[in-house]
Amino acid sequence: MDLTRLESISAFAWRIPARGTMRVPAVIFADAPLIEDMDDKVFEQITNVATLPGIVEAAYAMPDAHWGYGFPIGGVAAFDPNEGGVVSAGGVGFDISCGVRTMLTGLSAHDIEPLKAALADELFARVPAGVGSTGRIVLSEPEMDAMLSGGAAWAVAQGYGDAANLDRIEEGGRMAGAKPEEVSPRARKRQRKEMGTLGSGNHYLEVQEVTEILAPEAARAFGLKIGEVVVSIHCGSRGLGHQIGTEFLRDMAVAAAESGIVLPDRELACAPIASPIGQRYLGAMRAAINCALANREIVGHITRQVFTDLVPGVRLDLLFDVSHNTCKVEEHVIDGKRRAVFIHRKGATRAFGPGHSELPESLRATGQPVLIGGSMGTASYVLAGTAASESLAFSSACHGAGRRMSRHAALKRWKGRRVVDDLAARGIMIRSRSSRGVAEEAPGAYKDVGAVVDASDKAGLARKVARLEPLICIKG
Amino acid sequence: MTRKTRGETARWELFPHGADMGVRGMGPSLETAFEQAALALTAVLTDPSAVESQTAVDVDCEAPDPEILLTDWLNALVYEMAIRNMVFGRFRVQIDGSRLRGRAWGETVDAGRHEPAVEVKGATMTALKVIEERPGKWIAQCVVDV
Repeated sequence: MDLTRLESISAFAWRIPARGTMRVPAVIFADAPLIEDMDDKVFEQITNVATLPGIVEAAYAMPDAHWGYGFPIGGVAAFDPNEGGVVSAGGVGFDISCGVRTMLTGLSAHDIEPLKAALADELFARVPAGVGSTGRIVLSEPEMDAMLSGGAAWAVAQGYGDAANLDRIEEGGRMAGAKPEEVSPRARKRQRKEMGTLGSGNHYLEVQEVTEILAPEAARAFGLKIGEVVVSIHCGSRGLGHQIGTEFLRDMAVAAAESGIVLPDRELACAPIASPIGQRYLGAMRAAINCALANREIVGHITRQVFTDLVPGVRLDLLFDVSHNTCKVEEHVIDGKRRAVFIHRKGATRAFGPGHSELPESLRATGQPVLIGGSMGTASYVLAGTAASESLAFSSACHGAGRRMSRHAALKRWKGRRVVDDLAARGIMIRSRSSRGVAEEAPGAYKDVGAVVDASDKAGLARKVARLEPLICIKG
Repeated sequence: MTRKTRGETARWELFPHGADMGVRGMGPSLETAFEQAALALTAVLTDPSAVESQTAVDVDCEAPDPEILLTDWLNALVYEMAIRNMVFGRFRVQIDGSRLRGRAWGETVDAGRHEPAVEVKGATMTALKVIEERPGKWIAQCVVDV
């Protein structure tokens, strides 16, 4: 993207003034090299988002922004229902409530070194991953309804998980306002056998070592110690979320056309929050959030079982579980007034600062853990929400490195076997059912996660706490 | 990748998208372009020529315009692949106005033989286009989210 098209607010924030049909400006948080590396589509998409009805303040793009669907991935936008605000299925995406959870093991990397291969094999054998993989839990219709209302709390009640960890999940592990009755029979059917599965693509389960502490006090509060092992899981609402996204994107696009709404991009399909279809989507989308929360809780439970089988007595306590594809009602101060707005975060992580009332007591002094995923060979980071983030982008931060190269280009460049061997030489064990999938997800296909995290930190969106490096990666 | 039909070439290709993949079908008719786009959809996960036609699945869709009809067709296939754990390697499409009747032939996923790379979450409206570029050359394309 050409920097001269943007006005500099600071070295880490750039404005596109409102013009034409834009109702608000757009703001991109990144340093100059990241912006220059960004696709022009990000400019086009973030300015398109700024044209949507009822948008407040500005349309924001995070440092990892890249070409998405309607919204850029890394896009954040808030809509006020009292100003004709909209909800957009494209603004949430197909993988509703995709997110990351990180669990602490209390073990050192040295402790697990002799067990590494057994751990990799056992996790690969027991955590369903890859195309067509199914879980051991098959839900009946009443169970499906209970799961869609209860989220991770439902999973815990079924014996999959740990009740003591629920307050370390957004919304306490259960998204309120879900309407299971708005989840179609097809979405239900797609999910029947997919509970407790990782999925494919960029989804993974990683065993990681804390290799650097960047904020000692916050790291202590989070229980992160140098040389210790954590487990991070990246996955979402599986087939159910994909089907809900598919169905509502279509219905909103058709409804918009029928009611004469001209969209700059069909993929921006949206509906007034107060409209019947807007309300139906919110109910179904919240049910999909519960599906994702339950799914990650179950995958976390299986992981815990594998660890305790190999290291009796080990506990895997949850540091945090946070989603990065959502639309949530939150109160923010806008133009000096506290207002409830519908915040879309598409490939962006909520990052509540210290003192936020929705954080559990144990995290309130430090701020919310913000979990930034890597890509097999690259580092992951734990950040903490800042007080400043509230006034910057409705308490939001980046979510990952973002792709630098298309799958198409990655496939031409790398061979899966070679990627696995190269990573093995660096001490990183990869387990995957698809060699081509590994090639498409080669670490080199992603941007430098360090640069993205630095920009988030320097822009004030979230502050760096710790760096994690992979030891084992179960690739979806 | 190519098939000669009535003097025109029916073929498919994948095209790059930032994070995902684009699928494009081309052919002498709207129907062949849709069939070829479906082959490209299969190619996102595996080599379509390695898929055996053991079982046929029928798919019906109806949409207000040809572009939505394309995403409906591809999304119906994504759904059938997901719930049946199948891959498809051959397709037949009939389009009558707003209505599509399709048949897909394929088999149960064989992880060893198909080595599926990635599952498709859904067909999107990004880069969505259904046009007759010139007489007898139809293009049907969109990006799919993986």
